[in-house]
Amino acid sequence: MNTGLVAATAVLGAGTFAFRLAGPALRSRTTLSARVEQLMSTAVVVLLAALVATSALTEGHGFSGVARTAGVAVGGLFAWRRAPFVVVVLAAAVTAAALRLLGTD
Amino acid sequence: MIRSIWRTPDKDLTDLLRDIALVCVADALVGVSFGAIAVGLGLPLWLPMVMSLVVFAGAAQFLFIGIVGAGGSPLAALAAGLLVNVRHVPFGFAVADVLTGTGWPRRLAGSHLMVDETVAFTLAQHTPARRRTAYWACGAGLFTAWNLGVVAGAFGGRAVGDTDAFGLDAAFPAVLLALLLPSLDRVGSRRAASAGVAIALATTPFLPAGLPVLLALAGVAAGFPYDAGPARRGPGPHAHDHPHQDRPPNPVHEGTSR
Repeated sequence: MNTGLVAATAVLGAGTFAFRLAGPALRSRTTLSARVEQLMSTAVVVLLAALVATSALTEGHGFSGVARTAGVAVGGLFAWRRAPFVVVVLAAAVTAAALRLLGTD
Repeated sequence: MIRSIWRTPDKDLTDLLRDIALVCVADALVGVSFGAIAVGLGLPLWLPMVMSLVVFAGAAQFLFIGIVGAGGSPLAALAAGLLVNVRHVPFGFAVADVLTGTGWPRRLAGSHLMVDETVAFTLAQHTPARRRTAYWACGAGLFTAWNLGVVAGAFGGRAVGDTDAFGLDAAFPAVLLALLLPSLDRVGSRRAASAGVAIALATTPFLPAGLPVLLALAGVAAGFPYDAGPARRGPGPHAHDHPHQDRPPNPVHEGTSR
């Protein structure tokens, strides 16, 4: 089992590093038009938005629960109202923690 | 959209570093729980520590130890981890500007520091210099915090227990959301992001982790047609919430130009 674990960890590390290096390595060889650059920045906005949605609302293949969802929603509300970053993050954590303390998960 | 208080660049820098430090502290706590959970699952002590150094991607790491800890094969865990990490390819294209123009050693080191939070902090900056600062400060800070946390957790981090009890699972999406919001000021971005979110949420119940987020990229098409936009200094969309001396005099918003 240990040999398998070592190999899997090494390959996961190498593969992840290759993914991370692909963008910077390819970008240094080509000049992109403003339009393609805008597409790329939109792609990152879309990816991050999808990450926010899936990590806020889902766990595995199901619903993540009321506490986390409400926490992220409250944090998002503060962010939308342009509250300082610290307030946004603490509001999200405190909301989720408080709901769990009250027995709602 | 314009803040009433003028913020000097130095104040902005202090704020940026403080925000990054906060995320590092939260990340260190999650690292402690990762180390503790991995050892608690009966996995060897070295696994969480080595994995955090060489993989350095929280979601993939939790997925990996979850699969192996439940008796799954390392090969299945590897495939799942790789799938979750493919998103770093488009990330890399978007933040390449902070890594190009430097030598290969810096580009290699910098690439390894690419995680969701690093990319999100970089995206939220408006000048090339500040993008660079955000990327390296966040990347190096998170790498240090995450690995120290994991070591502490592996060697008896039971003290921290379940970080969900502190609501940290809600804090991380909120971090990304707060950094992302200013980039949603263009109609095209908002349409694309909404479509992507819908695709990801609709496919999550059926597909393995990582794939829904990649499929969300199809949402980019929903943002068409894109304006050429204002003169750009970097690939990241500009945040328009801070007045800044060097921003273009008349930024053209998609929403106001049509």
